[in-house]
Amino acid sequence: MSSWIKVCELKNIYPATGVCALVDGKQVAVFRPSDEEQVYAINNMDPFARANVLSRGLICQHQEQLWVASPLKKQRFNLLDGSCLENSEVSVEAYKARVSDGFVEVHL
Amino acid sequence: MSKQKLVIIGNGMVGHRFIEDFVEKADLDKFEITAFCEEPRVAYDRVHLSSYFSHHTADELSLVKEGFYEKHNINVLIGERALTINRQEKVIHSQTGRAVYYDKLVMATGSYPWVPDIKGNESKDCFVYRTIEDLNAIEATARRSKNGVVVGGGLLGLEAAGALKALGVETHVIEFAPVLMAEQLDQQGGQMLRRKIESIGVNVHTGKNTKEIIVGGEKSRNTMKFADGSELEVDFIVFSTGIRPQDKLAKQCGLATARRGGISINNQCETSDPDIYAIGECASWNEKFFGLVAPGYNMAKVAVDNILGRDNEFSGADMSAKLKLLGVDVGSIGDANGRTPDCKSYVYLDENSSVYKRIIVSQDGKRLLGAVLVGDTESYSDLLQYTLNDIELPKHPDSLILPAHAGAKTGGLGVDALPETAQVCSCFDVKKSDIADAVAAGHTTIGAVKMETGAGTGCGGCVPLITQVLNAELAKQGVEVKNHLCEHFEYSRQELFHLIRIEGIKTFKELLEKYGKGYGCEVCKPTVGSILASCWSDYILSSDNNGLQDTNDIFLGNMQKDGTYSVIPRMAGGEVTPKGLAAVAKVAEQYELYTKITGAQRIGLFGAHKSDLPDIWSQLIEAGFETGQAYAKALRMVKTCVGSTWCRFGVQDSVGLGVELENRYKGLRTPHKMKFGVSGCTRECAEAQGKDVGIIATDSGWNLYVCGNGGMKPQHAELLASDLDKQTLVKYLDRFMMFYVRTADKLTRTSVWLQNLSGGIDYLKEVIVDNKLGINEQLEKEMAQSIADYQCEWTATLSDQEQLQRFAHFINSDQQDDNVVFTPEREQKRPAFIEEKAPTYNISLEEV
Repeated sequence: MSSWIKVCELKNIYPATGVCALVDGKQVAVFRPSDEEQVYAINNMDPFARANVLSRGLICQHQEQLWVASPLKKQRFNLLDGSCLENSEVSVEAYKARVSDGFVEVHL
Repeated sequence: MSKQKLVIIGNGMVGHRFIEDFVEKADLDKFEITAFCEEPRVAYDRVHLSSYFSHHTADELSLVKEGFYEKHNINVLIGERALTINRQEKVIHSQTGRAVYYDKLVMATGSYPWVPDIKGNESKDCFVYRTIEDLNAIEATARRSKNGVVVGGGLLGLEAAGALKALGVETHVIEFAPVLMAEQLDQQGGQMLRRKIESIGVNVHTGKNTKEIIVGGEKSRNTMKFADGSELEVDFIVFSTGIRPQDKLAKQCGLATARRGGISINNQCETSDPDIYAIGECASWNEKFFGLVAPGYNMAKVAVDNILGRDNEFSGADMSAKLKLLGVDVGSIGDANGRTPDCKSYVYLDENSSVYKRIIVSQDGKRLLGAVLVGDTESYSDLLQYTLNDIELPKHPDSLILPAHAGAKTGGLGVDALPETAQVCSCFDVKKSDIADAVAAGHTTIGAVKMETGAGTGCGGCVPLITQVLNAELAKQGVEVKNHLCEHFEYSRQELFHLIRIEGIKTFKELLEKYGKGYGCEVCKPTVGSILASCWSDYILSSDNNGLQDTNDIFLGNMQKDGTYSVIPRMAGGEVTPKGLAAVAKVAEQYELYTKITGAQRIGLFGAHKSDLPDIWSQLIEAGFETGQAYAKALRMVKTCVGSTWCRFGVQDSVGLGVELENRYKGLRTPHKMKFGVSGCTRECAEAQGKDVGIIATDSGWNLYVCGNGGMKPQHAELLASDLDKQTLVKYLDRFMMFYVRTADKLTRTSVWLQNLSGGIDYLKEVIVDNKLGINEQLEKEMAQSIADYQCEWTATLSDQEQLQRFAHFINSDQQDDNVVFTPEREQKRPAFIEEKAPTYNISLEEV
């Protein structure tokens, strides 16, 4: 049923930024922290503001992990598990993501 | 095991705080929580109620985070009043006939406004001032009235008078006592306050006993008759004559109540029934009830702890207060009227600046018993610490209230003088030792300390004090107090600026490799992005810089709450041609953008989808516009009055100068946003003295003011130089701008920058005018380079096909964000509220 879904070429994502992809009707924020082949995927909706904006946030490092700071009010969400640094009771869905043959793939 | 049933009656500030505290401390799986909320909305901030008149949304005042009650499974019965309590059966019946059982009950029923028994007070022109509904009614009436009166010259009465004044009606205050704020001020303080209030146009009548209100009058709808035979014609009346504890339910179910009203409680906040607690304004402790929110919060905490079986006692409350009433700073501490036997006073009176200060000290002169401050409350926190912590006064206590030029000691009471038990944050009852513990546990930034202890997250007034304690604790631990940018750079913004400039560093990566560590974060990335832009005028969206840009810069528009953007083209000096207006109108119509004049004398178009931005901008640029940089930490605009070109009074061409300056400095990235103002004469219609740079025309040239601010913390700009010709003015401005760009900390407005510049405005004059540092030539050169390198970022973006792909909402689809939904309002549109949208998520709103 579920499988890896191709969303775009890796080169379409500038290093240190994110993009939003439509995967199976879901808005998925895909991040590429550096020029390497590492990508992360979490849900695009900021749970505080309920707006689809997380892909437009700044990628940041805290506690030796990578997060995205929401562009609206700067709450930070973990790129690996979607947890929120400011409020442990809030989180967003996190998805598996990988690069394969120059393409970014997401697994819901 | 069945859950324990906890019921709270009352969802005001204290009732809600109780729930918040309970949620934090208790294992919620063991409780079933129900709250009665009689008003049509959940808890809101009554302390700042008057602000409702300026923003008009109950949401702004709400204290309840969206989804909070649902998330914790708390059943809030909105609009439902508890009618009876049956203590034998332990059940509450509401007006809807619902029965709610409890194991533990908390009463937080608050208070009600007390209205004196005056004939005629039931008229539809009479109001009280307590709920949002009251405010709506007052506003509607004020709209069809010329004048209004507030009966009651206490704290809340003056607050209400301020609101009436703001609603634009002729405002009167009637007070029964001979002075205003008799509870908090002595006679002389009350008089000073009265003079200041009268000077802004509020009519004060003291010593007036209202006898009767009769319908009809010659000029107004009603006539008030006073005991001394005098009369006053008014359209409407607001009573603010005190509050009384709401203890009706308690009386109904036979709980012990106090002689002067209020549900009697012990130190644990228990009522005469051990399963019922009472907190806040409805409770009476030792025959006293407290009409302030801080003691109520304290009781809420005590009740939570006792229900959970922890030790905690309520031990009274300090009723000191500092506030701004009708624009006047007022402070009152302890025994303000000097009623303690054998006490002595020191008084400072300055009728010229309307400042009155009095301190009341013990007979031996060693302890501070009380204080009254009117017109200047700067010494309030220090004085309060002296009383709260029983600190021994200096040898000459009057030095505490004398102004600096009259020999006051400089600097406040050092935090080291405070005992460990000193209460630093009264909203959340956080002590100095709590902050020290948090620091010792590794919370070494102000943000971390706030998060850990809760201190400073209420009214926020104690944040400067928390910062002092934090710094003192860090110093004690041998940690040097740092202004490091963040965990990735052990340098201040100023230091990084120099490193980047001197070493010619062009990318974030290069800087990080040389001077930083790790990956970077949401603090250092945009800061460095801004410095790189200031230094090298590089295109901010180049592939190297793209990932550094903050929310607004990255798509060259201000992101709104729903993820859409605003579009604001530059209209330098506020000038726009009819043709330009037509172009703006066309694009606004085509993309259905909400349109309004912004606070910066230009037109803002709101609600643009990210994917539409390139098209919108290409049309605007086609019509001759360029980006207004409204999204950037940069010069936003120059506000101008119409000046000598048209105005009968103008003495110089303020619009011409404004346009020239805006075009000169546009696009330059600065540590924070900047606003300029140019006024064509001393009438100052451009409000230039509230701007980062303010220029005011004189008969012989221009006066240059700098470092003013409107906004959050208004600050009057200071005069840097006067009667300048234009050439000198521009030279000084080049230097000033570059010096600020070079030396300010991240996100520091010029006003704060100047405050922190040792030597202040005099030092700045020496640097800018006298070239004290010998850097002016360099500053002017850097500015000239920056001006030469200016480019319209939107023009650059539109010419880059690769860039344009970034503006699609989805990288793999042409669809737009279907969560962006609008609702019509006043013939335009606004973002739909969450409840107006089709549900995209599941929460259970009702679980009984």
